[in-house]
Amino acid sequence: MRDLEEKARQAQDKKAVLGPDIDLDAYQSEPVSHNYVEDLGDLSKADKKQMLQAGIDAEETDRSGTFVQKDTAVLHAHSKQEGLEVIPIREALKQYNWVEDYYWKLVAVDTDKYTARAHLDLHNGYVIRALPGSKVVYPVQACLYLEKEGLSQNVHNIVIAEEGAELHVITGCAAAAHLRRGLHIGISEFYVKKGAKLSFTMIHHWAEGTMVRARSVGMVEEGGLFLNNYISMKPVKSVQMYPTTHLVGKGAVARFYSLLVGSPNSEMDVGGRIFLKEPDTRAEIVSRAITNGGKIIARGDLVGEVPRVKAHLECHGLILNGGSIHAIPELEGKVDGVEMSHEAAIGKIAQEEILYLMSRGLSEDEATATIVRGFLSVDIPGLPPQLKAEIDRAVEQSNKDMM
Amino acid sequence: MLQIEDLQVKLGDKEILKHIDLEIHPGETHILFGPNGSGKTSLLMTIMGYPQYRVTGGKIVFKGEDITDMPVDERAQLGIGVSYQRPPTIHGVKTRQMVQICAKGKVDAEALAEKVNFSEFMERDINAGFSGGEIKRSELLQLMAQDADLLLFDEPESGVDLENISLIGNSISNLLQRDFRVNAKKTQKEKREERTKMGLIITHTGFILDYVTADKGQVLYDGMLTCTSNPREIFKCISKVGYEECVRCAI
Repeated sequence: MRDLEEKARQAQDKKAVLGPDIDLDAYQSEPVSHNYVEDLGDLSKADKKQMLQAGIDAEETDRSGTFVQKDTAVLHAHSKQEGLEVIPIREALKQYNWVEDYYWKLVAVDTDKYTARAHLDLHNGYVIRALPGSKVVYPVQACLYLEKEGLSQNVHNIVIAEEGAELHVITGCAAAAHLRRGLHIGISEFYVKKGAKLSFTMIHHWAEGTMVRARSVGMVEEGGLFLNNYISMKPVKSVQMYPTTHLVGKGAVARFYSLLVGSPNSEMDVGGRIFLKEPDTRAEIVSRAITNGGKIIARGDLVGEVPRVKAHLECHGLILNGGSIHAIPELEGKVDGVEMSHEAAIGKIAQEEILYLMSRGLSEDEATATIVRGFLSVDIPGLPPQLKAEIDRAVEQSNKDMM
Repeated sequence: MLQIEDLQVKLGDKEILKHIDLEIHPGETHILFGPNGSGKTSLLMTIMGYPQYRVTGGKIVFKGEDITDMPVDERAQLGIGVSYQRPPTIHGVKTRQMVQICAKGKVDAEALAEKVNFSEFMERDINAGFSGGEIKRSELLQLMAQDADLLLFDEPESGVDLENISLIGNSISNLLQRDFRVNAKKTQKEKREERTKMGLIITHTGFILDYVTADKGQVLYDGMLTCTSNPREIFKCISKVGYEECVRCAI
C-alpha cells in the first residue's frame, strides 16, 4: 500500500496520453455526506428517476443485488443472492485481506494523474464478486451518481467472477439534470477466472458539463468469457477511456460492444483494446457511433501475440447532423498464424433507404428514426434479457432525443 | 382511378418521360413493356413520388386528388404501393418490422409470411443478402401488408427461379383480385365486376402473363407511350419483331 501511495504521488501531475487535459485543482474533492438507506424505496423521487434513466431499478425487479453511490458516499450496497458479494471498496479494503490481491493489480496506479487521484483521494466504489461456481442469473445493478456541483468523484471498482461463476453487472453512471460542472474518475478492474462468464454493461447518462476519465483493465483466464458493453447516448462534455483486456488463458474470449451518440459540444474518445496472449483465444470489438454534432474518436486495437488466435474489429459511424467521427481501427499481429480482421465505415443515412421506408407509409422523420435505431441495434450474444431490454430502452430514448 | 395527363419528367438534366397520358380505372391491371432504359422504372418511381424524378409538366391524379407534388409517404397512405426490383438493405431493420410498418401493426405478420413462404426470413435484416427470388417474396409480403389500391410492380419475375415463379405470379394475381378461386357466394363474373385494385406491372420477359390476367398492355419507348393494346398481342409482337419496330411508332 505504501508503495502504491509513493507511485501515485509521483504521477500526480502526469498528463494522460489521450484526451484533453483536465485541471484537477479546478474540482473539489471533499467528501459530501449523504445518508445510507436500508431500503431503496427510501431514495428521493428525483434520485430514483435519474437512476432509472441509467438502468437502475429501485424496485430491484429481476436484480440480484444493488450498489448505489451518490457523489462520494455509498447510499446502499447489498446482495440478494448467496454466492454473490456486493461491498463498498473502502469497507472491503479494510475488512478483507484478499481485496489487496486485486486492487491496482491490472490498472497501474501511476498510469496518469487520474489514476493517481483515484488512489490518493479515493471516495469509494464497489467490489462485486461471484464465488466459485455460483450462477448469478439476474444482473447486479450499480449506480454512480454525481450531484454535487464542481465535484471530482473518484471511484474504484473491482469485479470478480471466480472459477466457473456466471455474473452479470449493469452499471449506470448518471449526473443530476442541474449539474453544470463535474468530473468522474472511474477505475475498474475485471477478473474473469477459469471457465467463468462475466457480462458488464455500462450505461453513461451524464450531463452537458460532465468530464469523464475512466481507466479500466480486465483479465480473462482459460475458457472464460468477458462481455463488455458500453452505451453513451447522452450529452457529456468530454469522455476519454480506452478499456483494455488481456486474454491470458487458452480459449478465453472477450467481446466489446459500444454504442455512442455524440451530441453537440460533446467530445468522446472511446476505444477498446484486447491482447490475445494464448492460443485459441478470440476477441471481437464492435462499435457504432452516431454524431449529431459532437466529436467522436472511436478507437479499437487488437493485439495477437501467439498463433491460433482469432480477432475481429468492426467500427461503423454515422454522421447525422454535423460533427465528426474519427475511426482508428488497429490490428497488431506479432507472429505467424494469427487471424485478424477489421472493417470500418463512416457514412450518412442513404436517401434511398429513407424513401424506401416512406413508400411503406412512414414520414421522413419516422423513417430516419427507424434507420438510426437499426444502426444502433447490435445483437449481443449472451446478454440476459433484462440487460438487452435496458440497452433497447437507451437506444429508444436516444432516438427520441435526436429527432 | 389513376390519371396521368401530359406528364413530363426530368432526371437530372435528362428528359426521361415525354408527354405521358395514362388512365388506370379501378379493377384494371396494365402491363408495361419497353426496352431497357425506356423509362419504365422512372414512370413507376414518378408515380410513387421519388423526388429525383422532377415533374416539369402535366399532372398525376389519384382517387380524384392531384398528387403531383405530394410526398412519398402521403402517396403510400393514399393507397399506392411498389414492389421494387432492387430495394436497399437496411441494417438492423428486420423483415418483420417492415411488415408491421406497412400494415401499421394491423396484421398477423406470421400468417402473411407463410403465404409467400417467407417465415424463416422474418428475423433477418431487410434485403440483407436476399437472393432475387427472396427479394420478390419480401416485396410481395410488404405489399400484402400494406393493402394498397394501386400496386406498381417493377419486373416481379426477374431473378426468380422456376420453383418460385408460380408462387410469385399467383400472389400478384391474388393481390390484384385476379384469382379464380371458386366462391360460393359470388360468381366469377361478379368477382370480376367488383374488382377495385389497380395494377401496373413492368415486365421484360412476359412470363408474368402466364399467371396474371391483364386488361391492357402499354409500350414505353424512349420516354413515350407509343402503343396500347391487348397485352398478349403486344408481347407476341415484341417477341416476333423486337422493340426496333417501336421506333416507327415513336416518331
